[in-house]
Amino acid sequence: MSQRDRSPNGGDPLAPVARPDDSVLLAARGIRKSFGDNEVLSSIDLEVRRGEVVVLIGPSGSGKTTVLRSLNGLETPDAGTIDFAGGPALDFARPISKAQRFALRDRSAMVFQQHNLFPHMTVIENVIEGPVRVQRVPKARAIAEASALLDRVGLAEKRDAYPFELSGGQQQRVGIVRALALKPDLLLFDEPTSSLDPELVGEVLSVIKELADEGWTMVVVTHELSFARQAADEVLFMDGGVVVERGAPEQIFTKPKHERTRRFLDRILRPLD
Amino acid sequence: MSSDWELLFLSFGPLVWGAVSGTVLLSLASFAIGLVLALGVALLRLSKNRLLSGIARFYISVIRGTPLLVQLFVIFYGMPSIGLVIDPWPSAIIAFSLNVGGYAAEVIRAAILSVPKGQWEAGYTIGMSHGTTLRRLILPQAARVSVPPLSNTFISLVKDSSLASLILVTELFRVAEEIASFSTKFMLVYLEAALIYWVICIVLAGGQGMLEKKLDRYVAT
Ligand SMILES: Nc1ncnc2c1ncn2[C@@H]1O[C@H](COP(=O)(O)OP(=O)(O)OP(=O)(O)O)[C@@H](O)[C@H]1O
Ligand SMILES: [Mg+2]
Repeated sequence: MSQRDRSPNGGDPLAPVARPDDSVLLAARGIRKSFGDNEVLSSIDLEVRRGEVVVLIGPSGSGKTTVLRSLNGLETPDAGTIDFAGGPALDFARPISKAQRFALRDRSAMVFQQHNLFPHMTVIENVIEGPVRVQRVPKARAIAEASALLDRVGLAEKRDAYPFELSGGQQQRVGIVRALALKPDLLLFDEPTSSLDPELVGEVLSVIKELADEGWTMVVVTHELSFARQAADEVLFMDGGVVVERGAPEQIFTKPKHERTRRFLDRILRPLD
Repeated sequence: MSSDWELLFLSFGPLVWGAVSGTVLLSLASFAIGLVLALGVALLRLSKNRLLSGIARFYISVIRGTPLLVQLFVIFYGMPSIGLVIDPWPSAIIAFSLNVGGYAAEVIRAAILSVPKGQWEAGYTIGMSHGTTLRRLILPQAARVSVPPLSNTFISLVKDSSLASLILVTELFRVAEEIASFSTKFMLVYLEAALIYWVICIVLAGGQGMLEKKLDRYVAT
């Protein structure tokens, strides 16, 4: 790997800005959200410590995506609170302001199931768009940092390619780098591999695993149980808009306490039975 | 017969000059102004504010629901009766711009709506405001989608600009009319004018094809 683009202190470009120290980064309490008459989340509690990897699992429609979107300010809960260490602290009992929404969005970045790369921009342009346009990072520095990140995920030669020229796995890795370039405190992954061909899943999961090992704080929605087993500090099983069960991956996967968790895991592990 | 060739030859210069200094200039100016107007109208039409989108809807409906010739006459012959005298050229540019504004607004609106919702969300998640997302991400993609329909609007405009001859603007068709009535060779001169319009439109269609080829790869699916 090239030394050229590393930051001056020799730090790894993949390392998170804040060191993991076990303090609480995010506390969400009593998050409720309805779409019309359909109550999608009915009182979700979630606590994430710095450096922790929380994996959300659950059947389709259980509200996993809505949780992530709420944390990222893409969806506004009807009730509940979201507190980030160092702000903002939001109470959705009252309408939140634009400034509060931006402050919330500032703390996390989302990696989408469908990469959502900008098709009219090259890879490097995709990555520096946020830093340059939003965070006002000087362009030369943004490019240097983006190049170092792309290098680390094995996409150095693709920096001037357009998204349509990349494979699905490469596109998703660019999506991850685009999120990393913002240096958020929290990464949110919404089924980052479920739209990929099976042979491309590994290259994306291994990047995410590496980020987890580097100490990034993340909430990951995924059905890849082997990944969850290796990377997660805590697994939450959601169903019908509530967290049915939470615990260490070993406990959830080998000795689930709830019948619903057991049935869900059975269906994933033995879909034909 | 020899005088026919002579007339063809002699009228070619004035007709081409009428095309360049009249038809093309008028079309370009009206299209440029009309596009800016159309973008504004499209954004109003997409606004959540009922009043604003209602105004845009009304404007589009009037423009698309009335003949261009009538719009032109209202501005040039009608306005003076309420004390507003506008010269031929400005009248033509106003009428054609308003017309393009109405038609292109619908094209641009549809193009904006065709950009996947995920592009908005990707903009938001990297911290962009609604306005920045629109400007940096959505409009560039919408522009690519709108090239074919907007090219059609432009080609129609070039042909419709012949209506300006009816409010005394010196453009290709007005020059043709003058030469035709002076020489009384109507068939010959009008066919010559038609040929020049045709060539302009062929060139434009060719340009459209090239532009589309270049752009259509970079559209989100
Ligand atoms: N914008 C919306 N408008 C209306 N209903 C919505 C909206 N977004 C989500 N829903 C509904 O909310 C419920 C939960 O959706 P969500 O996407 O959070 O589930 P999920 O657990 O992520 O499911 P999946 O595994 O299929 O991605 C679903 O019933 C869905 O139809
Ligand atoms: Mg989902």
